Amino acid sequence: MSISDGSWVPSDQQVQRDALRRRMRLRSATIASLATVVVLGLLIVGVLTSPGWPRVKETFFSWDDAKASFPAVIKGFKLNVLLFLIAEPLILVLGALVAVVRSTNAAALFPLRLLAVFYTDLFRGVPTLLVVILAGFGIPALQLQGITNDTFWLGLFALVLSYGAYVAEVFRSGIDSIHPSQVASAEALGLSHGQAMRYVVLPQAIRRVVPPLLNDFISLQKDTALLSAIFVFEALFAAQDYAAYNFNYTSIVVVAVLFVALTIPLARFTDWMGRRMMRRERAGAR
Amino acid sequence: MTGHESGPVLRTEELRKAYGDKVVLRGIDLVVEPHDVICLIGSSGSGKSTLLRCLDLLEDIDDGAIFFEGEDISDPRVDARAVRRRMGVVFQSYNLFPHLSVLENLTLAPRKVHGVDKATAEAKARELLARFGLADKVDEHPDRLSGGQQQRVAMARAIATDPALLLLDEVTAALDPELTGEVLAIMRQLALDGTTMVLATHEMAFARDVATKVCFLHDGAILEQGPPAEIFERPREERTRQFLRRVLPAS
Repeated sequence: MSISDGSWVPSDQQVQRDALRRRMRLRSATIASLATVVVLGLLIVGVLTSPGWPRVKETFFSWDDAKASFPAVIKGFKLNVLLFLIAEPLILVLGALVAVVRSTNAAALFPLRLLAVFYTDLFRGVPTLLVVILAGFGIPALQLQGITNDTFWLGLFALVLSYGAYVAEVFRSGIDSIHPSQVASAEALGLSHGQAMRYVVLPQAIRRVVPPLLNDFISLQKDTALLSAIFVFEALFAAQDYAAYNFNYTSIVVVAVLFVALTIPLARFTDWMGRRMMRRERAGAR
Repeated sequence: MTGHESGPVLRTEELRKAYGDKVVLRGIDLVVEPHDVICLIGSSGSGKSTLLRCLDLLEDIDDGAIFFEGEDISDPRVDARAVRRRMGVVFQSYNLFPHLSVLENLTLAPRKVHGVDKATAEAKARELLARFGLADKVDEHPDRLSGGQQQRVAMARAIATDPALLLLDEVTAALDPELTGEVLAIMRQLALDGTTMVLATHEMAFARDVATKVCFLHDGAILEQGPPAEIFERPREERTRQFLRRVLPAS
């Protein structure tokens, strides 16, 4: 709401200052570019002149093997993406449920709270790979009626259990970060604990935990490769298969490139969300 | 406003509250009649805020009793939510819900707690906001408002459910003099409308002009109470005189 000043012309002093600022910006951009070229150049020269490079190049970076393994790897990679897309919503629901259960205070829900604490402690403690192996091989061994023996679904189940525990803790930290005065104010208006949770605490908590949740999603995308341990024919399994038959590991590098290509957009999106939230919080803190 | 017929809106008997060894309220007897505006004055730490928190059942009391519209609400079996539904509270720090618009802040409790339909709740909220000079802020989020505007929204939110009693805890303490004026004007308006209020305040001019009764709290007890003219012009207790000398500008 500034007063209109259409007649303003920058003073000589300001013109000089602007020119100086431009020169300073140009100078720091030049330094940054030079430093990057030098560091990257040294790294590349270092790798290329190492004694084992020709051998490594042939075993890990063979263009022919990349092309030959690609169809099998990309076919497997579709399973990784599918696993991620099915697991993620299930994990969100499970995590939110566990977090909400842990924040209740009704006497009758005590056993549920106990169970929720036990669940998060257990599954955050056990390495995801072990959960995958236990589910993939252990559940079929039980020979239960009506339970699938398909390792795709068993592995998916293991990922949901393991990541559900992490996501529950992320949600819970979000719930705990909402100031108690918000609950006091909701209760003063006559809202029940459940209503205060649903209309006041959770909407604010969820907004706060979006960046850490996205971070867990990125991690989950990568961990779908763990299902290779129980013979799910996903990208890593396909690549290992190729490597074993052809004595060439380029297929593994192809998988790595695919995973990076998948995770980078989400990583950038997470950064962007984080910055946006920060700006909002600061705007709110006036 | 409610089904309750006669007698005081609220009455406390020998109310006591302690945090561990520290006794904060020692034997408070307070009577709030319909349309009373009761100002609790006294130094910081004299127990004003704690008394208000006890009345709204945000704190458990250690002895004595509180009767609200004839009902003993200090009975542990009493549903605290049912009591709070009939009381409005405004805190020093506004405590608006930052993720909701001003309008949604006002309609949340009427809709979810009192079962009022959306259109009716919104119409009433708009009317209240207009009365409080906030007609153009209906769709804003609280963080876009000044402190005085936020506190006016908090007042409107507290009375949107037609409470039988409004509790105000130093609602102007966080505001500069200009914004304090805005909020006090609203409080005067509410008093004129006959709203029954109990408020902890440091605004002596407001207490003198608007209160039906002023209670001077000292060290957890009501040392002296009476009509403002009596308390401000002819205080009986030496402590009251000392307090008033400190807070009133020498004139």
